[in-house]
Amino acid sequence: MNIQVSRRRFLQLAGAGAAATSIAAFGYGEAEAEVAAHVRNFKLAKSTETRNTCTYCSVACGIIMYSRGDLTKGEQANIFHIEGDAEHPTNRGTLCPKGAALLDMVHSKTRTLYPQVRKPGSDKFERISWDEALDRITRLMKDDRDKNIIERNAAGVTVNRWTTTGFLAASATTNETAWETYKVVRSTGIVAFDNQARV
Amino acid sequence: MFPPLPNPDVSAQKPPLFGEQDLVRRSASRVPAPARQLTPVAKLIDVSKCIGCKACQAACLEWNDLREKVGVNRGVLDNPDDLTPDSLTVMRFTEWINPSTDTLEWLIRKDGCMHCAEPGCLEACPAPGAIVQYSNGIVDFIHENCIGCGYCIKGCPFNIPRISRVDNTAYKCTLCSDRIAVGQGPACQKACPTQAIVFGTKDEMKAWADLRIKDLKSRGFDKAGLYDPPGVSGTHVMYVLHHADQPHIYAGLPDNPRISPLVRAWKGAGKYAGLGLIALSVVAGVIHHLVQGPNRVTRHDEEEAERLAGDKP
Amino acid sequence: MTNSWTDIKNTDLVVIMGGNAAEAHPCGFKWVTEAKHNRGAKLIVIDPRFTRSASVADFYCPIRQGTDIAYLLGVINYCIQNDKVQWDYVKSYTNAGLLVDERFGYSDGLFTGYDEEKRDYDRTSWDYQMGADGFALIDDTLQNPRCVWNLLKQHVAVYTPEMVERICGTPKDKFLKVCEMIGECSSKTRTMTSMYALGWTQHSKGSQNIRAMAMLQLILGNIGVRGGGMNALRGHSNIQGLTDIGLMSNLIPGYLNIPTERETSLDVYMSTRGFKPLRPGQTSYWQNYKKFFVSFQKAMWGEAATAENNFAYDWLPKLDVPSYDILRAFELMHAGRMNGYFCQGFNALLSFPNRKKITAALSKLKFLVVMDPLQTETARFWENHGDFNDVNSASIQTEVFELPTSCFAEDEGSLTNSGRWLQWHWPGGTPPGDAKSDNWIMAQIYLRLKALYEKEGGPVADPILKLDWRYKDPGDPTAEELAKELNGYAVSDLADPSDPTKIVVARGKQVPGFAVLRDDGSTACGCWIYSGCFTEAGNQMARRSTNDPDDTGTFPTWAWSWPVNRRILYNRASADLEGKPWDESRKLMWWDGTKWTGYDVPDIAPNAQPGEVMPFIMNAEGTARLFSLRGLREGPFPAHYEPFEAPIANVLAPHIRGNPAARVFKDDAAQFGDAKDFPYAATSYRLTEHFHFWTKHAQINASLQPEFFVEISEELAKEKGIVRGGWVRVSSVRGSIRAKAVVTKRIRPLVCDGKTVHIVGIPLHWGFTGETKEGFGPNSLTPFVGDANIETPEYKAFLVNIEAISGPVA
Repeated sequence: MNIQVSRRRFLQLAGAGAAATSIAAFGYGEAEAEVAAHVRNFKLAKSTETRNTCTYCSVACGIIMYSRGDLTKGEQANIFHIEGDAEHPTNRGTLCPKGAALLDMVHSKTRTLYPQVRKPGSDKFERISWDEALDRITRLMKDDRDKNIIERNAAGVTVNRWTTTGFLAASATTNETAWETYKVVRSTGIVAFDNQARV
Repeated sequence: MFPPLPNPDVSAQKPPLFGEQDLVRRSASRVPAPARQLTPVAKLIDVSKCIGCKACQAACLEWNDLREKVGVNRGVLDNPDDLTPDSLTVMRFTEWINPSTDTLEWLIRKDGCMHCAEPGCLEACPAPGAIVQYSNGIVDFIHENCIGCGYCIKGCPFNIPRISRVDNTAYKCTLCSDRIAVGQGPACQKACPTQAIVFGTKDEMKAWADLRIKDLKSRGFDKAGLYDPPGVSGTHVMYVLHHADQPHIYAGLPDNPRISPLVRAWKGAGKYAGLGLIALSVVAGVIHHLVQGPNRVTRHDEEEAERLAGDKP
Repeated sequence: MTNSWTDIKNTDLVVIMGGNAAEAHPCGFKWVTEAKHNRGAKLIVIDPRFTRSASVADFYCPIRQGTDIAYLLGVINYCIQNDKVQWDYVKSYTNAGLLVDERFGYSDGLFTGYDEEKRDYDRTSWDYQMGADGFALIDDTLQNPRCVWNLLKQHVAVYTPEMVERICGTPKDKFLKVCEMIGECSSKTRTMTSMYALGWTQHSKGSQNIRAMAMLQLILGNIGVRGGGMNALRGHSNIQGLTDIGLMSNLIPGYLNIPTERETSLDVYMSTRGFKPLRPGQTSYWQNYKKFFVSFQKAMWGEAATAENNFAYDWLPKLDVPSYDILRAFELMHAGRMNGYFCQGFNALLSFPNRKKITAALSKLKFLVVMDPLQTETARFWENHGDFNDVNSASIQTEVFELPTSCFAEDEGSLTNSGRWLQWHWPGGTPPGDAKSDNWIMAQIYLRLKALYEKEGGPVADPILKLDWRYKDPGDPTAEELAKELNGYAVSDLADPSDPTKIVVARGKQVPGFAVLRDDGSTACGCWIYSGCFTEAGNQMARRSTNDPDDTGTFPTWAWSWPVNRRILYNRASADLEGKPWDESRKLMWWDGTKWTGYDVPDIAPNAQPGEVMPFIMNAEGTARLFSLRGLREGPFPAHYEPFEAPIANVLAPHIRGNPAARVFKDDAAQFGDAKDFPYAATSYRLTEHFHFWTKHAQINASLQPEFFVEISEELAKEKGIVRGGWVRVSSVRGSIRAKAVVTKRIRPLVCDGKTVHIVGIPLHWGFTGETKEGFGPNSLTPFVGDANIETPEYKAFLVNIEAISGPVA
C-alpha cells in the first residue's frame, strides 16, 4: 500500500541516471552559441548572490538574494530577485506565496526612510535627524525613569522596578539584536518587557 | 521527493540551450525542419498535493517582473479571479461535494497555459511568427509579432491567453523559457512548497505521475489518473487528478479539449492556400492598425499603463 | 518543536489540530506530504474550518473552537478504555506510578485549593506523596488508587464520545474514526506527530490545550522518537529566539526567572531552585541553575558583578506581580499609569485585543517610539482614516517617533526557527534612505542614556553605568560580538575540577558549551541554552553541510540547534529501558554497551546506565509528567472550560465562566458578551497569502488577497440574508467592523448541547497602511483576556453578531 520508492528507484524508473533529474540531458548537448531572440536573457547572470533566511515565519526557509552590487566589496547593493535556496534542508528551494514575493517587502513603497516625529496634537509626521530623535527619546526616558523608578518597595527591599515605561520587542530581529536589546532594557529596570510570542 | 535542481549558475551570461533553430511550428508561416529534436519537457501539476497557497502565482509575477493590480474580494478566495496579461497563472478553487461519499472536497487547480502538443492558439494565429513552438514542447508568444487580434484566445481550447490593454498584445505562460534555457525549471515549479508542481522530461513526469496515481488509489481514489488530453495530442503541462474521469469538476477543466473545428477548417484551407492565409493575416493586421493604431508605445499608452498598473482613477 | 521540520517525514500519522500548517507554514508542510508519499502516512485535520490543510487530508474532523481539551481528553479516555497505550513507555518514562497527595482532588470543575476571590489556587495539595527517604512514593504496578495513572483514568472518564459530541459538536462517528487512527500509534512501531500553533495558544486555557496533547503523545510513546513529538509551528521568524533569550517581563535568557520582590537576596532566590531529584539516581539538570544564572549576570555586568555583591543580584528588577505582560502593560497604560512605550517592530494597534482600549491607552502615553522597516498602524494610531481609524488627532497628546530600521535583507545575524535551529544570515542589500540597523539604534539609545546619567546622575544609575559594553565600536556592536557573548566565554582560566593543574578553557576563550559554566563568576554566558553556538571552532550557526547520515532528517552539521546541537529533544526515550530502539527502522539513539550513541546528540549523560537514569532529565523525577504538579495555574490535569465568551454554558460545570484561574481585569469583565446578544462563535486566523500585517505592504501579496472579508457557512448566510461577496457588519460588545462576506461550504454549523452553533471566521491581515484595500481586523472585536499562565489573548474563540448591510458609500 505504501509507496516506498526512493530517489534512486525513481530515477531508474524514469530512465535517468544523473543525480538530479535528467534535465541537463534534455538533448541540448553543447548548444551552439546562437542568439535566440525570443528566449529572454537569464536575468540572474552576473549578479551577486547572498544567503539569507526568510523573514516571515519560523520555518526559516533558505533564500538566495540576487543583487547588482556587492556589499562585501563595499559597494551599494540593490536586490532585484529573491529565490529559494535549493541546498537548504527544510525548503529545498521552495518558497510560499509570502517568501516568493519577499522582493516586494524589501522594496515596499511604504518602507520607513527617515526618522520622523509627530508632535502632541499634530496631524502629521515631521522629518527630524537621528541625533534630534535619539537625544529627545533618551531625554524623555531619563525624565520618566528618574521620576518614577521604584528603588525600594514598602518593605524596604531593593526592587529597581521601572513600571512607567514599557518595551515591546519584536519577533523577526536577530538573536544578537535580541540580546543587545535585553541588556539595554534590563539595565534600565523596565519590567513591562514583552515580545510577539503571544500574538 | 522529486530531486530538486541545483541553484542556478550566475557566474556568466551563457547562451540559451535552445532557440530559433529548434522551432517546429511558427504561426502563419513555415519553419524548416530542425536539425535536432530536443527532449520534450513537461510540468506536472498534482492537484491532490496542491494546497492552494498561490506561491506559484507569486513566483510567476516576481520572476517575470509583472505585478497585478490590487483588486477586490468577490466573495471567494480566488484572486485575481481570472487570468490576466500579468497573472499568467491563477489558482481556481472549487468546493465540491463528492456525491458518492457526501463529503466536501476542496478542489484547487492551478490554471495556465497547457503547452499543447497541437496548440490551438498557434493554429489560429494569423500573425506570422507571433506564436512559436519549440521541439521540446514549449509554446511561446513573440510579442513584437503579435497584432493583438485575440484569435489565439478563440483557438485555445483552455481559454488561456489574455490581451494586454497596455501594449495590445496577447500574454500567457512561457513555461519560463528563459529559465529552462539555462537548465532551470519554471519559477512556479521551483517555488511550489509541496512539490505539487514538478518539472522534467515528459517521460519522467509520466513515470512520476504513475507513482502519485498509485498512492491516490491506495487512499481510495479509484479514478485517479493523468490528464494529458489526446484531443490536442497531449500537453506539456499535465495534471494528476483524483477524479480523472471527470476533469470538468476542477473549475471547468475541459473533459476532452480539441482545437475548434473552425480553426481546423482555417488551417485546412491554409494547407491549400498558404498565400491566402498570409493575405488574411495581412488584412487582419491592417484592420488592427486602422482600429488600434500602430503597435508603438505612445505617451498615452504609457500613461494608460501607469494608470492600470497603479489602479488609480 | 521537540523535533524538526525535516523529521516530520518519518511519521505515520500527522495530526494538525490548533494550527493550519499548509496555509501558515507551507514549506514546512512539505514534510507532511513527504511522509504521505514515503511512508503512506495519513493526515488528520481537526478544525472548525475545512482549511487548506484539510484539503489534502485523509480525514477531516470538525470541532467547535475552544473545546480542544474535551476532545483530547476524550481521545485519552478512548485509549485507556481500549488498551491503546504504549505500556512500557508509560510505566517507565512517565510519572504514571507516582502517588499523589491524599488531599488532592477534583470536583464540579475545580481542583482542590480554589479561591474564587483571587481567581487562583492554593496549590499545596498538587503534589506527590513523599517517603521518609525524601523521594516520591511509587507503585510500579499502577494498582494504587492514588497513583497518577488511576487519577488520570478517573479524571478523563467523563469525556465519553457522547460527551465529546455534546461539547465539541463533533459527530460521534467522526470522533471515533479519529480515535481509531490515533490509537494505532500506541504501537511501538507507529508514530504520530502533533503540529499545532496559535489555534491552541490563543485561548484562556492555551497551555492546557497543549498539555492535553502532550499527555496523549506520552501515552502513545511518541515523545523523543523520530516522526513523533509536540511540534509547535510557531509564528514569526525569530519568535523562538526572542523567547529563548527571554525578552519577556519575567524571564532571564534560557528560561530562568526574573526574581520576585519576595526573593530579597540571591540566597533566598536560590533556596527554591535546588531541584533535588524526586527519584533516586535521577539527573534533575536544573540543579545547575546557579551556574547559568551567575554566568548570565557576568554577561550583563562583567567585572562589576562580583561574589561580594552577589553578582549584582540587586540590579535586576524585582517583580511585584507575576508579570507585566502586554495585557497588563496596556491595562496600566489605559489607566494612565504608563508614560513611555517602545515598539521594536511590533504592530500593537492591530495585534492586541479590544482595539478601542488599545487606541485609548496609546493616546494616554507621553511618548511612543516605533522602530520598524515598514510604516505601521501603531506609529500612526493618531492619524484619522475615517472609520478605519476614527480618532481626533488634535486631542491626542502623545509624542510619537518613527525610526526607520533595516530589514532582514540588509542585516546580519542568526534566527532560531521552530525546530530550534539557529541559522546565520548575511546582508545583501543597502538599506533605503536613512534606515539604520536595530543594533545601531539600541546602542545609540543606550550610550546617550548612559551619558545623561554620567552627566546628571540619578537614581539606580549603576545597572546602566556598569553594563558590560566592551564592543569594538560601542555605538554599533556587530552580530559576531553579540553572538559570542550569547555563547559565553571564560572570565578567568577554568581548571579541570578533577585535575587543577589542567586548564580546560583559558581566560578570554569561548566556552565549548554550557557544561563548563560555573557559579563562581569565572564564566560569562548570555544565554546558557545557546552555549555552543559560537565556540573557538567558529560560528556554528553558519554551517552549511547538507550531510544527513542514512537520511534520518537530522542534518547534524547544518547550522546549529539548541541545546548542544541536539535535533530531537528527549531522544533517549526513542529506546526501551534496556537502551534498544523501540523501532529498529526508525532508530535514533541506542546504548552500545558502554555509552549512548546514534544519529543525534544524546539527551542524557553519554554514560548514563539504561534502566537507571530516566530520559526526562530536566524533571526532578526523571520522567515526563502526566500529572504536572504545581506547574500550571489551573490544575495538574487539563479540564474542559468554555471560552469566556461561549455559545453554550460549560456542560460539566455550568457555574464556571471561562477558565477559573485566568486573570480578568475589572473593566474587561464588564465587557464580556453573552450568546443572547451575540449568538455566533467567532474565531480569527491568518491566510496563506499574507503574513500578519507585513505583506499588505508587498504589492504581490496585496494583489493575491486584496480585501478584508469574513467567512460564514451557506446555512448562516441563508438565515441572515447574506450573499456571497456582499457586505456585512460583524459586532461584539467591544466594537464592530465591516467586511465582504465569503460564503462557503468549508464552514458548517455544529450542534453543541442541543443547540445549533454557527461559526464566523475573521482573518487578520488588514489595516490602513500598505498596498491592500483599507480594512479591519478581529482585534476590534476580541476580548481583553489571556491564558492563565502566559497571558496569550483569547483570539480564537469569542462571540459576535453578524448582519447584512449595504456597501460603504463610495
